[in-house]
Amino acid sequence: MTLGPHAEFILAAYGACALVIVALTAWILFEKRSLEKTLGRLSARFEASKTDKNS
Amino acid sequence: MQSRSNTSDRKLHWARALLMRDIRLAIRVGGGTLIGVLFFTTVITIVPFGLGPDMKLLSVIAPGILWIGALLACLLGLDRLLQSDHDDGSLELMLMSGRPLELIILIKCLAHWLTTGLPLILATPILALFLNLDAAQLGAVLLSLLVGTPALTLIGMTGAAITVHLRRGGLLLAVLVLPLTIPILIFGVATVGAASDPLVPALTPFLALCGLSLLSLAIAPVAAAFSLRVLQH
Amino acid sequence: MDNDTEYGTRIDDQETFGLEFIMQLLAFANPTRFLKFVQVVLRPLAILAIATIAAGLYLGFVAPEDYQQGSTVRIMYIHVPAAWLSMFCYSLMAISALGTLVWKHPLADVSAKAAAPIGAAFTLIALLTGSLWGKPMWGTYWEWDARMTSVLILFIMYIGLIALWKAIEDPILAGKACAILTLVGAINLPVIKFSVEWWNSLHQPASVLRLDGPTIHPSLLTPLLISAIGFTLLFFTLHMMAMRNEILSRRIRTLRLKAAAAPITRQPATQEPTS
Repeated sequence: MTLGPHAEFILAAYGACALVIVALTAWILFEKRSLEKTLGRLSARFEASKTDKNS
Repeated sequence: MQSRSNTSDRKLHWARALLMRDIRLAIRVGGGTLIGVLFFTTVITIVPFGLGPDMKLLSVIAPGILWIGALLACLLGLDRLLQSDHDDGSLELMLMSGRPLELIILIKCLAHWLTTGLPLILATPILALFLNLDAAQLGAVLLSLLVGTPALTLIGMTGAAITVHLRRGGLLLAVLVLPLTIPILIFGVATVGAASDPLVPALTPFLALCGLSLLSLAIAPVAAAFSLRVLQH
Repeated sequence: MDNDTEYGTRIDDQETFGLEFIMQLLAFANPTRFLKFVQVVLRPLAILAIATIAAGLYLGFVAPEDYQQGSTVRIMYIHVPAAWLSMFCYSLMAISALGTLVWKHPLADVSAKAAAPIGAAFTLIALLTGSLWGKPMWGTYWEWDARMTSVLILFIMYIGLIALWKAIEDPILAGKACAILTLVGAINLPVIKFSVEWWNSLHQPASVLRLDGPTIHPSLLTPLLISAIGFTLLFFTLHMMAMRNEILSRRIRTLRLKAAAAPITRQPATQEPTS
């Protein structure tokens, strides 16, 4: 397998593609983690206030 | 006969009242008509400072510059289309008035075009002198603007209806609307090019421009009315 | 009412009928059920997507070179799937927009919002790889080629949609406004594509070498097809992950609204937030 005279362009294209997809995936995963953290904290507080009122 | 014309007069009385109201609001000081024309004139005047005073070059690119100037000037006034009516509550009244909303939208578009598009067309002959445009080309520019600028207003109205709840959505509105106006720009400039270029069939771009304008006339009022109804609180 | 407000859908009187109908029709109408489905499907789908892409790209590199374009034709195996996905994603968003406006499906709006950044990313990949392909073929990174220009305009429209979503605070209002804009764009896209092609033929006679001509040798077509399927699977994987995020963020919003409403009204917590 040879990449021929334009190897740098082929590699750059594949690199750019990988970069964009990795960045997108990382962003989605990072967002998921922070959202889950916030949701956990909020629902814990929410449940606490609920039981607080009921008692 | 007399009485019949009177009743039909009264039926559409509200339409004329709305038209006159919008025109009056637009042409008063600070209303936007004057600023639109001033903006257009300034943009055209500034171009030679960027490109150099080469009259030959200017006459080649003049149609494109005039069209882009007109497009930008139309965009400048778009947030005026519905925003102030939304802010002072009169849009709410129009929605509740029981009149066909599509017709209200059309009347507002007509008023906007009369106070934005038409003044630009009237200013174009003077600016054409600055850009060394010959008479045949000037005629083509005027014709293409006459057919094309209503479509710009109509497309802009759709965007304005979608962004009506945004505070200061003017810049975003321009970004949203600009891609949709590209076909108008292409065929508008090509109409002028076809007038002087023997290789292009003279009528094709003009007819395409007419078609696009009619298409936006058919779609835009419906889309704008739909989005106003859907987005009202 | 608790279940309705959970994912941020405010149900007006007129909407209730359509919603109930759809709820019965579609099992995924319930976000909780959708999240469970994602939990099960996501990992196998991701593995399958990566395996398929790897297979497609491997076959692409083993395949013979194009006699005309040489080895640069290998850029095609990522460029064409990305370009396909840029259009596929917009179609998906247009269908979701119909789902939001006509059928009032509670997940349609979530689907459209989650799809927009992914579509923009694949459009960006199509632009980048196209331009890197164009340099050896055309001699410049950018040529106002009809296809590239249309993809660029599509990219601007994606960015505009994302900006509109960010600009309107109320998620329901934002979803509706974006749905209308998506549909207006969907009507306009063929017109834009046609006029750009016409404009291009006017200014550049057909001497320009096209990126993906109609004649592709079958030995190149098979890896291209496999790669396209792999990228589409990857798209669905990312889309599900983004939809899950969107559902989570709407739950957070609902909880915050409830928390804000609770101390003032002194009502039981199941009370709907002030509308």
